[in-house]
Formats: sequence, C-alpha cells, structure tokens
Amino acid sequence: MELNVKAVKKMAEEAARNEVLHRTLSDAGDRFVALREGGFNQLADPEGLRTRGREVKERCLGKMPKLLRLLEKRVTDAGGIVHWAKDASRARSIILDLARQYGVNTVVKGKSMMTEEIALNKALAERGIEVWETDLGEFIVQLAGETPSHIIAPAIHKNKEEVARLFCEKLRVPYTVNPEELTMVARRVLREKFLGADMGITGGNMAVAETGTLALFENEGNIRMSTSLPRVHVALIGIEKVVETWDDFGVLTTLLARSAAGQKMPTYLSLITGPKKPNEQDGPDSFHLILLDNGRSALLGDRVLRDSLFCLRCGACLNVCPVYKRVGGHSYGWVYSGPIGILLDSELLPPGSARDLAFACTLCGACAEVCPVLIEHPKMILDFRRRLAEDPVWKGRRVLSSVLPVKLYSWLSVRPVIFRFAGFLARGLQAVMAPSGEWRWLPGPLAGWGARRKIPRFKRPFSRRWKGLKLNK
Amino acid sequence: MEEKKLSRRVSLFIPCLVEHFLPRVGEATAKVLSRVGMEVAYPGGQTCCGQMQFKTGYQAEARKMAQHFLRVFKGEDLVVSPSGSCVSMIRHHYRELFRDDPLRLSRAESLAGRTFELTEFLVDVLGIDDVGAEWPGKAVYHDSCQVSRVLGVRAQPRMLLSRVQMLEMVEMEHQETCCGFGGVFSLEFPVVSEKITGDKAAEVVKSGAEFVISAEPSCLLNIGGYLAKMGEKIKPVHIAEVLAHQAGEPWN
Repeated sequence: MELNVKAVKKMAEEAARNEVLHRTLSDAGDRFVALREGGFNQLADPEGLRTRGREVKERCLGKMPKLLRLLEKRVTDAGGIVHWAKDASRARSIILDLARQYGVNTVVKGKSMMTEEIALNKALAERGIEVWETDLGEFIVQLAGETPSHIIAPAIHKNKEEVARLFCEKLRVPYTVNPEELTMVARRVLREKFLGADMGITGGNMAVAETGTLALFENEGNIRMSTSLPRVHVALIGIEKVVETWDDFGVLTTLLARSAAGQKMPTYLSLITGPKKPNEQDGPDSFHLILLDNGRSALLGDRVLRDSLFCLRCGACLNVCPVYKRVGGHSYGWVYSGPIGILLDSELLPPGSARDLAFACTLCGACAEVCPVLIEHPKMILDFRRRLAEDPVWKGRRVLSSVLPVKLYSWLSVRPVIFRFAGFLARGLQAVMAPSGEWRWLPGPLAGWGARRKIPRFKRPFSRRWKGLKLNK
Repeated sequence: MEEKKLSRRVSLFIPCLVEHFLPRVGEATAKVLSRVGMEVAYPGGQTCCGQMQFKTGYQAEARKMAQHFLRVFKGEDLVVSPSGSCVSMIRHHYRELFRDDPLRLSRAESLAGRTFELTEFLVDVLGIDDVGAEWPGKAVYHDSCQVSRVLGVRAQPRMLLSRVQMLEMVEMEHQETCCGFGGVFSLEFPVVSEKITGDKAAEVVKSGAEFVISAEPSCLLNIGGYLAKMGEKIKPVHIAEVLAHQAGEPWN
C-alpha cells in the first residue's frame, strides 16, 4: 500500500469538507455502534469478559515465542507448511515463490488487512497473476482501484449509489441501487472466479497453538470458498494472533464477534488444521501458514506500546471516533485507520514518519471505552507525542512555530508575576488589534481556529477580581 | 459535614483559561463553595497546570509547571477547580510526570487524592445536590469527555442541575460525542475540528435549549465560539455560573 502519511492533514481537510462521505460514514458508524451495544449488553458480565480478554492476550504475548513454535509443530504435524517472514518484502517473496511453484495464474482472496500491510495485490499483479478480492466490500474497493477504509467494512466510505455506478461502469450491468441485486451481481462474477482459481489467500483472526488451527471469521462465505476450492491455501497472519488454548479462543471469539457487529458468532467460522486429509472430499491439497513479524516483535518489549498487539481488529474504536467519522479511513495515509490505526501506523512505519497522525485525535477516550481488550488508545497517543518532542529517534524536523509558544508559556507559568504581566500585555494587544472583538490579524493556527469560531476575549483576570469578591464568610 | 470531620477549608484552583477568558466562572465557583459552608482560599502564585505542554508531548516543560503547581498547592487543603480536564491532568498525569522522582511522586499522589472537579466535590465529597440556585430557562448539558469519560463524572452535574429552580433541562442527540476541541488537535486539524464542532452546535440548536451548560471551560469556549459566529442566541454557561445564581440576584 502506498505510504501517504505525509499528506494526512491535507487529505483529512478535504474529507472533512465532503458532506456525502460524512453522511455515509455516520450512518454506517451509528449502525455498527448500535449493533455492538446490543451484542455487548446481552452478556452477563461484559466488563469481566473484557478483563479476561486482556488477560488472555497478556499471557499469550508473554509466551509468544514458545506458542509460535508449538503452532508450527502442530500445523506441520497436520500436513501444513509454516513460513516465517521478518518483514513485508520477505512475506511477499514467500507468496510469489509459492505462486511460481504451484503454477498459479489466478488468486482469490479473503479479506485481509495483513495482505494490505505487505501490498500483496500489487506484487501479484506485477507478476501477471490475476487477483480477485472476494469479500463484497473488498471487491467494490478493488473495482474502484482503492484500498479498504475500515478494518471490517472496507467499502464503508461508499454509498449504494456510488456502488451502483461503479458496477454499471466496470461490470457492464444495468444500473440499480437495490443492495440485493448489487450483491447478486458480485456473487455471479465471483462464483466463476472461485471455480477457476489456483490459490486462495487469506489472513486469519486467530491461530490456536495447542492444535495448530487457524480461525477465520466472516459473514459472507467467501472465505470458506477461498480456503476450500483452490488447490492451494496460503494464510498470512501477524505473529501476535497466536493463542494458547481453545479456552482462550472462546473468550476472544465472544469479544471479537460482539464488538465487531454485535454477533454471538460470525455467520461463518472456519477452523482450519492443515490441508485436505486423505479421507476428506473438500479442501486444498496444500496449506501454507506465513507468520509475519513486520515490526511486531519490537513492540513486545515496549511497556506502553505493547498493548496495541492486543488488538483483535474488531473496528469498534473506528465507529465511535469523532475524527474517523469525519475524515474516513483513507485520510490516515496507510493501512490502518481510526484510533487503532494511529497506533499501528505510527508503530509499524519508521519512527516519527506518521507525525501528524499523533495529533489527529481529540483525546476524547470514546475508543478506549469500547475496546474489547481494554487498550487505552489516548494514553499511547500521548506517548507518541512525547516521543516526537523528546525522543531523538522519533523527533524529526522541529517546527519552531509550535515549539516556541509551548516553551514560552511554560517559562511564564513558573514565574507568576511575569505571567500576570503577560496577561496584562495580552489585554493591551487585544485593545489595539481587536477593539471590536474581531482580531485584525492572527498567526496561522489561531486564524484557522477563528475562521468559524469567535476567539474568546481576554478579560480582567480572576486573580485581580478575587480580593473584591464578596463571599458569605 | 462536620460529622465527617471534613476540613471546611478549600483552595480554589482557577485554570488559566478561566483566569483570562472566563473570570466570572472563577467568581461563581468561589460563591457556590462559600454558600455551601466552605471557607474558600485562593493560593497566590497559581498559573497553569501544564496540561497543554503534557498533551503536546513536552513533558520536561510540563514537569516544571507541575513542580510549580505542587509548591503552590502544598499542605493538606482540598483543592477544587471548575475544569474537568485540569483536574484529570493533576489526578492522572502528574503521577506519570514524577514516576522517577519518589519525593515529588508522593506529593503528586497526595495532591491527586485531594483535588476535585467542582460538581464531584459538591455531590461526592459534601453530599450536597441542592445548592439553592435559580436559573430561569431551558438548557442542555454537554458531557465534556474529560469530565465524563476521564473523571467518570456524569451523574453529579445532572443531579445538581435537576435541583436548580426554574431550570428546564433537555437532552440532545449524540450526547456522548466530543465537541471537537481537543486542545492542540483544533490547531493541527482546524477544518476537521470545526466540522465536529459544527455538528455538536447543530445538536445543541436542535435541542431547543437557550443555554448550553458544561463543566469544562475549553468545551464552552469552543461550542460557544461556534454558536456566536453562527449568530445563534444560545448562551454557553459554565455549571458554576448556574449553581451560583440565586433568586432575586442581578444578572451580570
């Protein structure tokens, strides 16, 4: 995926002005929020379960190397082949080698953010391999030449009119805005692709070490077909997806399905242990599991940032985020968006390169309130800001205009007499520059603030009023 | 109050935004506290809690300001402030700033335990929900994120407002959503911030309220600033102002 984190401010500004996008995101977001609330409220002890989910992740991350080796052993025992990839380029070359080895011409894909992370579709296309996204949202996004804008709802930024126009143009079908008819169009196209594909590529929601089983959650059935119809199934997961036992799986499944869409279980839950067995009729001849690090193991030792490895990718934090709802997923400039996207993009990209993302947050805390594994996004975002200001590895070019006021104000604040005098000077400046209430001139950031808001006026300060205050003493 | 052996003395912490832009909120806070029987002190030399420095990542600067704050508010007095975000800065973040400084950490912890946002102080500490106020009109309460989510103060302001004579409270949709200020966020992403604020202002207007009440000065300046620019008549008021006003008192 293209790296565009330098243009975050520009993209966010444009998106925020797009009223259609905002309506589309708001409506869909509100529906997800209602579904999640309904699903969670049915639980006897939602808070207790969230705590258990966090404990499961903490324990499994604590012994991750051991669990990954066990997972490798169990998958291998079941007839699968496990590959280890240090970074995106290694993961891509493993998949390209497999494609060559198996003589693959056509690939069908299940929805997977990990394949976005390694920009797989582009790499396959460059080798002349035909790739079809088979999740409806991903299919729409692929036809449009875009990338997913939401972890679980990739085409959330498109309304049905936009989808209708897209299908009409790209698939040469009659224009209709009926969602069922549009879905049937996609289904007809994709059924052919499933039957003709040589390889199915998916991600994975969890991998259970004790039995070597990959778990895939979905609501459309396309993953089931991608993993059972082609000759070869390749699954790509982040190393943090490993859990120890089926009990762990149970806890996280309940949390994930309810947080994502208020479901007790996903409509389709595929549990895959190796390829097709000799006595089985369906399934691939070969099963490959790629375990991708891509910066994750470096987070394990970080006291604060480690928590982002808990993420189950439910998308709940996106749906409640006031910023995400206005700017949409593409404005974040890389694979992940919303509150968890700020964390993952900042951590997985070179330190400091996603600088603006650390400020694309009001610290309102709505994300942490819904996170099924109790990730405290604001706390971590504040830590990015600290690193950007202080950490030599993170801080790039210092913008003097933002450093200076912060330092000056701090200098004044520990000198109360001068602090009060500065207030007096500010009132004087206000009398000259804004006699009627509107400032004649303001520096850039304040002018932006004041464009649609009245700038508050300096008044005779409280500290001067205090002595004259009549209290019922 | 006496039965609980509660000290009757409180120190006012007036945040910098209130000091300069909303001084009447400071006066109102002092009045309310005094009316419920507290002896109100205003420690001189107080300036700013360092929230802006902390939240922009400049922790070294924030630490200096926090040290100053600890000096000004040393002793045993309870500290009360009309700002949820400043109280959460003191309660939650001072500890982080002094993580590696045991002496100051213990002072910061003592301060964290005796610093309160105004409405939680009245309801939770003093056990008072009726302060004898009167405020004729129709109002909507904005749950500031720093008050509701970070401090967990949701019921207290509503209890206090429900006892205010002649005040009719109405609700608005998307009540729990941020107003879009977010401090440095509004300077880094002015257009996005303004969009979120515009949506909040629209909900306020739709509620039919004449006043929008909040326990957080920065949200008030943000929402109020937007409403004023729109030419709306709806007035932003701090909850302290509502609670301070008694029947027959003049309006200022």
